[in-house]
Amino acid sequence: MAERRSPAAAYAGRFEAASRGEALRLAELPFLTQIDVRVDPSSPAAGDIGDALGVPLPVEPGTAVRAGSGADEVTVAWLGPDEWLVVAPEGHRLELLRKGLGDRHGSIVDVSAQRTTLLVAGPRARDLLAHGCALDLHPSVFGPGACAQTTLARAQVVLIPREDGFLVLVRSSFAAYLAEWLLDAAAEYVA
Amino acid sequence: MLLIPCPWCGPREEAEFHYGGQAHVAYPEDPAALSDEEWARYLFFRDNPKGVFAERWSHSAGCRRWFNALRDTATNQIHGVYRVGEPRPVAS
Repeated sequence: MAERRSPAAAYAGRFEAASRGEALRLAELPFLTQIDVRVDPSSPAAGDIGDALGVPLPVEPGTAVRAGSGADEVTVAWLGPDEWLVVAPEGHRLELLRKGLGDRHGSIVDVSAQRTTLLVAGPRARDLLAHGCALDLHPSVFGPGACAQTTLARAQVVLIPREDGFLVLVRSSFAAYLAEWLLDAAAEYVA
Repeated sequence: MLLIPCPWCGPREEAEFHYGGQAHVAYPEDPAALSDEEWARYLFFRDNPKGVFAERWSHSAGCRRWFNALRDTATNQIHGVYRVGEPRPVAS
């Protein structure tokens, strides 16, 4: 197998150093499987894809669902009225979704290489993101079960809040920029 | 900075959006039959009102959907947004 390097691999050491205090935990979650699903949400195909995922596609704008555990865990985030992003551990089987769609109108595309995932966790995670994000990130309006596509420090990201912190999905080509920005913004929270 | 209420995502800052000009400019039914002047009028001439203006916006950094908004060009107040295909609401 060819050698693989995740987009923010060079920042692993500095992320670890910034995570030594109580306030923050920064890490890259490399090589997650990401699948872009486009289908009419009212069609039978959408239901079959939901069955293949083990959880129905969320139809409410700005919501995400998480199901399964271990290697079968999936997070399905709403990206648009007919578009979803499935985030799963490496090795998730795309063919199951393809089989769910069959030859009906829609598309299922592996976009794992498009973005990498940064984990921003800890008690000051929300304060850190608020340095560069205009959204209200308070858990009462943006807790687990929500998701948003927005800009963080002017870079386009998908934000998925979870119990264990925020997933920040950023384009591979912006990963180094965003990692530098996060580390710089985190300076005041790192002992 | 405007706060624009995307009909899908809710209020977001202006920097997430892309402006698309006047809404409801119908494509000519038979473009080949138009004179050069009529074609130029379709391509380049747009209303420029002082007041409520129906215009297209795209939530390019969010859900990437096009929608229409009624914006007052004098005050920047947004009187309403509506999805593509929905009728233009009456400005309040």
